[in-house]
Amino acid sequence: MTDARHEGIPASARRVRGVLRRHAYLILKSWTRIVSMMYYPTVTMIVWAFVTLYLAPTNDFLRDAPGFFIGAVLLWDVLFRGQLGVSLTFIEEFYARNLGNLFVSPLTLPEYIAGQLAISVARALIGVGGACVFAYLLFRFSIFSLGIPLIAFFANLLVFGWAIGLAMSGMILRLGLGAEELAWAAIFILAPISGVYYPIAVLPSWLQAVAWAIPSAHVFEGMRGVLQDGAFRWDHFWAAVALNAGYLALGAGVFAWAMRDARNRGTLLQMGE
Amino acid sequence: MLSPAADSAIVVVDLAKSYGAVAAVRGVSFAVRSGTTTALLGGNGAGKTTTLSMLLGLLIPTSGRATVLGADMPSDRHRVLPRMNFTSPYVDLPKRLTVRENLAVFADLYGVRRARERIDAVAADCDIAELLARPYGSLSAGQRTRVSLAKAVLNEPDVLLLDEPTASLDPDIGDRMRTYLERYQHRTGCTMLLASHNMGEVERLCDDVIMLRAGVVVDQGSPGALIARYGRGNMEEVFLDIARGRADERIAGSAAEESTA
Repeated sequence: MTDARHEGIPASARRVRGVLRRHAYLILKSWTRIVSMMYYPTVTMIVWAFVTLYLAPTNDFLRDAPGFFIGAVLLWDVLFRGQLGVSLTFIEEFYARNLGNLFVSPLTLPEYIAGQLAISVARALIGVGGACVFAYLLFRFSIFSLGIPLIAFFANLLVFGWAIGLAMSGMILRLGLGAEELAWAAIFILAPISGVYYPIAVLPSWLQAVAWAIPSAHVFEGMRGVLQDGAFRWDHFWAAVALNAGYLALGAGVFAWAMRDARNRGTLLQMGE
Repeated sequence: MLSPAADSAIVVVDLAKSYGAVAAVRGVSFAVRSGTTTALLGGNGAGKTTTLSMLLGLLIPTSGRATVLGADMPSDRHRVLPRMNFTSPYVDLPKRLTVRENLAVFADLYGVRRARERIDAVAADCDIAELLARPYGSLSAGQRTRVSLAKAVLNEPDVLLLDEPTASLDPDIGDRMRTYLERYQHRTGCTMLLASHNMGEVERLCDDVIMLRAGVVVDQGSPGALIARYGRGNMEEVFLDIARGRADERIAGSAAEESTA
């Protein structure tokens, strides 16, 4: 009854589609879920847009780059949604007590992770996309004014979000649902050193060294370069790519370690609310 | 009878699992012949679910070896998992998805051909056709058990591990499910390993029985042979003898009666 290839789709791709299908059903049948994905980034964007309107008349930088705060908040949310998309996908399986069913099926861990990442892209596009539409409708700010570099910023932040999301999934698997708050809060420890709303140069020198070790600091510094000087900083781009490769491997490693630990402790059948 | 043979679908040798100082399974060995149904019996905490988890690759043994269809579990599990499936009261399905959506997800995970037709077929067999459009979370416990069974046979597995497969079912539906499992096995030649507390079910479905107590195999044989050996009328009484530690006296008593006769 089972087939390695079916309808031209390799078995592995079909299993990734199974993970996607499970979460697509969940998201698409609930308009409240879709609204909640857009709600936070839209409200935050509106707050920063009014801050811009308030400060721009007296601030040279904001007068030259009025979309700075809005662009920053939208890009920060790419990172947040990227991480949440991975972590929440995993938490959903916890609540459903579905981990046992998933991992006695032929689904491999890399296939499951591929599904998580794909869902994360969808959640980021829905959440940030909605906020971008409102940014244009309400304030005539188009995120696309960042031009081609936007793709580099978006991709780097998303991948960093994946790395954190995978590590958080591993921690939740190890510590149980009591650690669920990690999924919501972990990212914010990086906000002060990501330079979302200010240059890294304002940080104390020792903290600057820490900041340059995370990809998001390079992305937001790169964003300021585009908005302020109209120049794409390749050095920051490549630094972010290299750091992301390391963090993604680390995040996947933590998740794989936690999964093996769960198979040792016998927790895959017991986990749930 | 239950020692490894060329036609064994499941072979377990000195399998053990400990959680720190607690030994859940202590060196069990048995084999399950292809195309037969074997019951894994024992009281709560005897090690049934732990053993099934190791056979599914969900749990890494502390020592010993388990092979299913020739593949080592868990190291080689992805070679045989497409040919296996299971039901367990310890897992559930996503509650907001409809029954059809849940089965469609697992059809993808197991690479089921002509998924829609197959879902309709198992829904008819498991008596859940009228439930396909309903959210899984809105079903009764008995209906959920039937859906779990439908999920378990969706890929027409060669090896089916069933942990309390008919728990929560009323006698009528339970009987229909047992009839379905019998027919399914007759049609496909599937090997079944069943953990159950329903001794009537064991007598009806199982060719062999493995009795566990405190993580150790304490006896094994066909239901008929065990009933005769313990000098009892049914498996329920045999189970109570073993679970309450009366096994040795019963066997000695039966042997004495036979020699007197």
